[in-house]
Amino acid sequence: MGRKPIKVLVAKIGLDGHDRGAKVIARALKDAGMEVVYTGIRQTPEQVVLAAIEEDVDVIGVSILSGAHVHHVRKLVELLRQEGAIDIPVVVGGTIPIPDVDTLKQMGVKEVFLPGTSLKYIVDTVRRLYEERNAIGGYN
Amino acid sequence: MPHLFKEDTVKEIEEDLKRWERETLPKSLERYPERMEKFTTLSDVEVDRVYTPAHIKKFDYYEKLGFPGEYPYTRGVHASMYRGRLWTMRMFSGFGGPEETNKRLKFLISHGETGLSLAFDYPTLVGIDSNDPMARGEVGIVGVAVDTLKDMEIIFDGINMGEVTTNMTINPPAPVLLAMYVGVAEKQGVLYEKIGGTTQNDPLKEFIAQKSYVFPPEPAVKVAMDLIEWSVKKLPKWNPISISGYHIREAGSDAVQELAFTIADGIEYVRQLVSRGLGVDSFAHRLSFFWDSHINFFEEIAKFRAARRMWAKIMREWFHAKKDRSLWMRFHTQTAGVSLTAQQPWNNIVRTTIEALAAVLGGTQSLHTNSFDEPFRVPSEFAAKIALRTQQIIAYETGVADTVDPLAGSYYVEWLTDEIEERAWKYIDRIEKMGGMLEAVKKGFPQREITETSYKFQKDVDDGRKFIVGVNIFESEDVDEVRNVPLLDFNQEEIEERQIERLKFIKSVRNKEKVESALAELERAAVRGENVMPYILQAAKAYATLGEIMSALKRVYGVYVEPPIY
Repeated sequence: MGRKPIKVLVAKIGLDGHDRGAKVIARALKDAGMEVVYTGIRQTPEQVVLAAIEEDVDVIGVSILSGAHVHHVRKLVELLRQEGAIDIPVVVGGTIPIPDVDTLKQMGVKEVFLPGTSLKYIVDTVRRLYEERNAIGGYN
Repeated sequence: MPHLFKEDTVKEIEEDLKRWERETLPKSLERYPERMEKFTTLSDVEVDRVYTPAHIKKFDYYEKLGFPGEYPYTRGVHASMYRGRLWTMRMFSGFGGPEETNKRLKFLISHGETGLSLAFDYPTLVGIDSNDPMARGEVGIVGVAVDTLKDMEIIFDGINMGEVTTNMTINPPAPVLLAMYVGVAEKQGVLYEKIGGTTQNDPLKEFIAQKSYVFPPEPAVKVAMDLIEWSVKKLPKWNPISISGYHIREAGSDAVQELAFTIADGIEYVRQLVSRGLGVDSFAHRLSFFWDSHINFFEEIAKFRAARRMWAKIMREWFHAKKDRSLWMRFHTQTAGVSLTAQQPWNNIVRTTIEALAAVLGGTQSLHTNSFDEPFRVPSEFAAKIALRTQQIIAYETGVADTVDPLAGSYYVEWLTDEIEERAWKYIDRIEKMGGMLEAVKKGFPQREITETSYKFQKDVDDGRKFIVGVNIFESEDVDEVRNVPLLDFNQEEIEERQIERLKFIKSVRNKEKVESALAELERAAVRGENVMPYILQAAKAYATLGEIMSALKRVYGVYVEPPIY
C-alpha cells in the first residue's frame, strides 16, 4: 500500500496580494510529491482554519508580505487552539523583521522562512514537521 | 538607407572574427577556461563572448535610433534629456496615518526630492475603510491610510499642490483618490490647470500581477477609462494612467514579458479609449508608463530603449497618431524590490545604485530608488535618505547625465535592444491573436506565463545557475548584521485606533444628506453606464468615505474572485 502523500495548506492571509512566493512554494511542494491546497489571496484566519480542518492537512504554510503577520498569525493560532487543531504545525514565510521572527515562534509557529530561503530547505522542513507530528501521534 | 556599416566592412569583420577565434581566443581559453558554459541575461537571452558590427549588420541609424526627441525615440523623448532637466527624484513614500506621511514627505522634500509619490496601505489599495473588519491589523503598514478627504488634507498640509507633482500608486480606487487630491488642491486654491501628477490606474496588471483588484476585469477597465477620459479634459497636467510593468516583473516575469505584457496593456487601453469616440491625439500624450529596473544592467537599458521604440511605432503605425507627443513613451522607474536580499542587507544599497544607473542610462523621466531595509519593512528615514542620495550622486557626480543616451552604438546594447524588442513582439502577436490583453487576462495567459518564469528563476537560484550574493554565494552566518539594521518603528495599533477615531468623527460632523444623495447619484450613474468620475468627485468633496464610494460601485459592478491557480 502506497503511503499517503503529505498534505499542505498554502494560505495567503489578509489583504496582501503578493502571491509569487506562495505560488512558487506550492509548486515546489507539489513537485516534491506532496498534495497542496492553495487558498488564493485575501483569506481570513477563520477561512484558513476551516480549510485546514476540512482538508485534513498535515502542515499549514502561511505567506504574508504585507507586514501584518503578527496580527494575522496570532489570530490564526488562537483559532487553531479553539478548534482543537493546534497540533497542525504552522510555518510562516514573508518579509518579516528578525524581532518578529522571535514573536511568531513564541506564538507556536514552527519555522519562519525569510526571503532567500531555498525551496529545498522549505520542502525538507515541511517533511520534518510532518514526521515529528506523526511520530508523536504514534505514542498518544 | 544609411546603414551604419558598409556591407564589405561587415564581411571583413566577420572573417576577421573567425581568425580571432582561431588564433587569439584559444590561448586565453586555455589559460582561463570560461566561468560558465553558457552566459545568459536574467531573462535567459544568451550572451555572446564579444559583440561586433557583425551582430548588427543591417543597422539603419534612422530606423533604429534617430536623434533624441525624434522618431522612433529610442534615444529619449526629449532632445537634450538630462542636460536640461534631470529626471524627477520621486520617492515612493507613506506609512502610518496622514500625519506620519506628511512629515516624511516634508523630510524628503527638504533633502532634495523633486516629486512626491504616495504609498497607500492595503485597506486603501483595495478600497475599504480603516474600520472595516478586513482592515484589522493592516492600517498604515505598507502605506498611508486614507478614508476621507480629511486624510488627504492632512497629508498635504503645508505642501503647495500647485508646485509639486504627486504620483499615487492606486488602482481600483484611483478615481476616489484623484477626487480627494483634486478636492484638497481646490481648497488650497490651486487651479485645475496647475494640478500635476499621476494616478497608476492600471487595472489589467492588477489581474496579471499586483492583485489589488476589486471589480471584475470589464468594469475595472471601464472605471479606469472613465478616469482617463475625465482627466484629459479637466486636468491637462495629470497623467491619468501609469501603465505598469513594475508589478509584472516583481511578480516573477522576465524583462521580455514585462515589456510585452505592459505594452499589450497599453494597446488595450488605447483601443478602449478610441472605441469611446476619443481621438487618439486627444489622450495619447497623457499616457505614461512605469518600469522595473532589475539587476542585469545592460538588459534593463536595452529594455527601456526598446520600449520607447515599440510604443512610438505602435502609436504611429497602428493608431495613426499625428502629434509627436502622442508617440512618446514617458516613464517612471523603480529599482527592483525583488532583487533586494534579507541576507547582508547593506549590500542592497549597491544593488539599488546599479539599477538606478541603468534607469538613468535608459532615459527614465522619474525614478524611485528602494531603501536597503525594504526586505523587512517600509523604509526608515535614514534608509530612505541614502536611497535619495544615491540618485543625487548619479545625477551630480558621475557625469552620466551629461550626454544623451551614451550607450547608443554599443554593439552589445544595440544588439540586445533589438533582441529584446523582437522577443517582445512575438508575445504581443500571441496576445493580439487571443483578442488583446483583456481577453488574454480573462484566459489567465499572462498570469500563467509569469508563474512559470518565477518558478524557473527560483529553481535556477536553488540549483546555482543564477547567483545572488549572500543568498546562494558568499553567504555568511552573521545574524547580527541583520538584527542591527535600524528599522522604522511605529505603533501600528495606535495608528489604527487614531484612524478609526477620526473616521468616526468625520462621519459625525459631515452633512449626511449631502453624502447620501451623492452616493445615490453615483450608483445611478454607474447603472446608466455614465462616466462615474464627476459623481465620485462630488461624493469625495462631501466627505463620503473611500469604502462608501467603492461599495456603491461594487453594488453595480460586482467583485472579482481569482481562481487560485499556481
